Amino acid sequence: MSLLILRTASRYLFPLLLLFSVFLLWRGHHEPGGGFVGGLVAATAFVLIALAEGAPSARERLRLAPERLAVCGVAVATLSGAVGWFLGEPFLTGIWWAASPGESPVVGTPLLFDLGVYLSVIGVVLAFLLTLIEETK
Amino acid sequence: MHWVIPCLVAAGCLIPALGRWWNGRVPLIASAVPAAIAAVSIWQQSLLAAGEVVQFHAPWVPSAGIAWAFRLDPLGNLFVGLIAGIGTAVVAYSAAAYSGDARLPRLHGALFVFMAAMLGIATADDLVVLFLCWELTTVSSFLLVGFDHQTEAARVAARRALLVTATGGLALLTGFVAISVVAGTTSISTIVASGDLLRAHAAYPWILGCILAGAFAKSAQFPLHFWLPGAMKAPTPISAYLHSATMVKAGVFLLARFSPVLGGTDAWFAIFVGIGATTMVLGATAAVAQDDLKRLLAYSTLSVLGLLTLLLGLGTPIAARAFVVTWMAHALYKATLFLIAGNIDHATGTRSLTALRGLRGALPATAAAGIIAAVSMGGAPPLFGFLAKETAYEAVFEAPRWAGLLGSLTVASAVCLVFAALRSGVQPFWDSGRGATPVLRALPIPMQAAPVALGTLGLVAGMLVGPAERFWIAPAALAINQSAAPTGLSLWHGFTPILAASAATLALGALVFTNRARVVPWVGRFAPWVATGPSAIWDAGWRVLLQGARWQTSQLQNGSPRRYVATTLAAALAVIAVGLPWGTIVGAVHEIAPFEIVALAAGLLVMGGSLITLRAPTPLAAVAALGAVGVGVSLVFLVYSAPDLALTQLVVEVLTVVLFALVVRLLPRAKTQTMGSHRPSAIVLATIGGVLMAGLSLLASQPGLLEPTSAYFELNSVALAHGRNIVNVILVDFRSLDTLGEIVVLTVAALGAVSLLARRRATSTGGIAP
Repeated sequence: MSLLILRTASRYLFPLLLLFSVFLLWRGHHEPGGGFVGGLVAATAFVLIALAEGAPSARERLRLAPERLAVCGVAVATLSGAVGWFLGEPFLTGIWWAASPGESPVVGTPLLFDLGVYLSVIGVVLAFLLTLIEETK
Repeated sequence: MHWVIPCLVAAGCLIPALGRWWNGRVPLIASAVPAAIAAVSIWQQSLLAAGEVVQFHAPWVPSAGIAWAFRLDPLGNLFVGLIAGIGTAVVAYSAAAYSGDARLPRLHGALFVFMAAMLGIATADDLVVLFLCWELTTVSSFLLVGFDHQTEAARVAARRALLVTATGGLALLTGFVAISVVAGTTSISTIVASGDLLRAHAAYPWILGCILAGAFAKSAQFPLHFWLPGAMKAPTPISAYLHSATMVKAGVFLLARFSPVLGGTDAWFAIFVGIGATTMVLGATAAVAQDDLKRLLAYSTLSVLGLLTLLLGLGTPIAARAFVVTWMAHALYKATLFLIAGNIDHATGTRSLTALRGLRGALPATAAAGIIAAVSMGGAPPLFGFLAKETAYEAVFEAPRWAGLLGSLTVASAVCLVFAALRSGVQPFWDSGRGATPVLRALPIPMQAAPVALGTLGLVAGMLVGPAERFWIAPAALAINQSAAPTGLSLWHGFTPILAASAATLALGALVFTNRARVVPWVGRFAPWVATGPSAIWDAGWRVLLQGARWQTSQLQNGSPRRYVATTLAAALAVIAVGLPWGTIVGAVHEIAPFEIVALAAGLLVMGGSLITLRAPTPLAAVAALGAVGVGVSLVFLVYSAPDLALTQLVVEVLTVVLFALVVRLLPRAKTQTMGSHRPSAIVLATIGGVLMAGLSLLASQPGLLEPTSAYFELNSVALAHGRNIVNVILVDFRSLDTLGEIVVLTVAALGAVSLLARRRATSTGGIAP
């Protein structure tokens, strides 16, 4: 089976898809997007590579084993919740920081939480799919 | 206590990780920790007896009124003293007995956790904290009883003890919930001070039943007693700790704690006296027939636990006093005797009473401790056990009802216990007519010192009756029964009927002992019923439950995916069909808004895709067609302004197609996929499903049917969460706990799938599955 087109296209699509997924994650709080869909898009990028070049190549680009990535995601989300805890608020309270006092806040723990969702979704999807792709070889 | 308990639990969890380093002198030094707790407890007791209250209170779940609350009262502190004091001996003893054994860290780890949990039971002032500690003792005792997990018998015994006490724990939880609902608080001190509130409530019989079930299972009362003799598979120091001094006492302690608010009714009296007397008599007679030293001690423990229950049931001030004295005395002499049994086992390699004789020359210290403990258990002066028997006799002879019957049963059991005491504490050391049992191994010093120390404590307590009564017995009894018993306990109080009964008990016991060659086989004919009767019923019930589970599993999980899908779908549809308001839905059909052209196109794509899926020649084609359906659905989302959903749906569809395509390639290819005889039922199910889903969608589109939650989020999304995308704000802020739960579930599922697939690959390539 000739995979030349897929191979070439995937090499260009991979960074674009990753960039797009980060974009979705970043803007999710105000516009359509978010950690979940961002994570799915990023996972698609790796699946594309796995289909075109094989699972080992995708694993190499991922660096971390997918199931570890998923656990890291859960850890990041939990830690973002714990920030509120340390500041005397209930667990998972969103904490925000404004650039200067009086302005509306820009950065907050919900984005960190969403990053956790993003990472764990990538990890979970790839844990399933990469293992299955290796299985069918 | 509030920080001692978590620290001990943490230490217990860490000790197994220390490995071989935790050996030799380290545990001996570590036994200073329980020793210090015991010392503090003794020091505190003088303050508590003077009326001082020591308590700690920190909010835990304030919204539910649950607090991390502890309270030292004379009764609880007495228990703390016993737990920590005997714990010191047991830690030191087991360190010596298992010296050099790689399993020692594990044993000590579980032991420390257990000790922490017991201290929690003794001092908790909140029902939730108490229950938590209660269950922690169940779990840690499972680990301790099943310590020797390579042997089948130890595993069976541990599992049975776990199941009996954990089932009781569930009953206890129900009772605690009921109490907290009725009393409106989980604070134990408030509940205990609530007077007739619980007794007068309509739910009283249920509360009483649940609490009794939990406590009786833990304290091995008839007919749930059978797990205790079985649990003798545990290492002997563990039996000394769990099965004489601490865990089995937790049940009666709990009942004593709640007796001011639950006790005093006719039901309380009848149940306690009935079950207590039955356990007492059965345990005592079965003890006579035992040949294994540890099993003899276990059955005699049952007998004393029965007596304790009986005394609680009587409800008089002198019964409360007798309860406290018996409790203390039994903990001291029975732990001593268990440690002696451990020494004998260690030194000679046997626990059979017919084989053991004449060991006093080889094991002098053990023999001395054995005599002291046996004299205490038999109830002879000047030991504490004598006082226990005297006060118990006094309480039972003056019982409000059935005094004659209960009195004779108690005396009969005490005669059996005298016999058991002579047989376990004296006979192995004397009786050297046919030559002494050979000693194979020498005993390390701590193993000799521990029983001597505990036995001496019993002697000292008997000698110092005055201070013991003023600081320990009287204040603790007052916590059980508000009206005080007359003071002035002493070893000698003149020639009374009680003294006569005591003397008769000793004489009869000695008489039975001299005739043991005839008595033991005769009793032995009844003993097996006590040992196996109720446990056979329990095992049969357990078998029925397992068979039921097996039948249910074979019905639901027969390995046919078609059946799984059909069952799941039918169950879901049944629930929906019952709940849908069909009138409203039929009305809604007339109000369907005109379609937009794009939506119509999307709808056609969905329908066309579905038809192609049905008619697809190969599984792969069906998967591709399903993908088209998904794209159509996401188009619909897009048209009706749900871009987030559309985006997610689209990516999910892509990944699902990849997933399906991969799985389909793994399926066996030989069989052609035909529905065959399942076709008609599948069509019916699919049609019903389609109609119901259509109805559900129509219902959802009806305005004003339910209060939409979106109004709140629209209003507060920017104000509270600084985000304009409501969907995302709900996910990461308003409902972030749900999301956290979801990603945890997903991650766990992924870990499971990866390990299953890895296992499959390892076996298919000839490797060894992990």
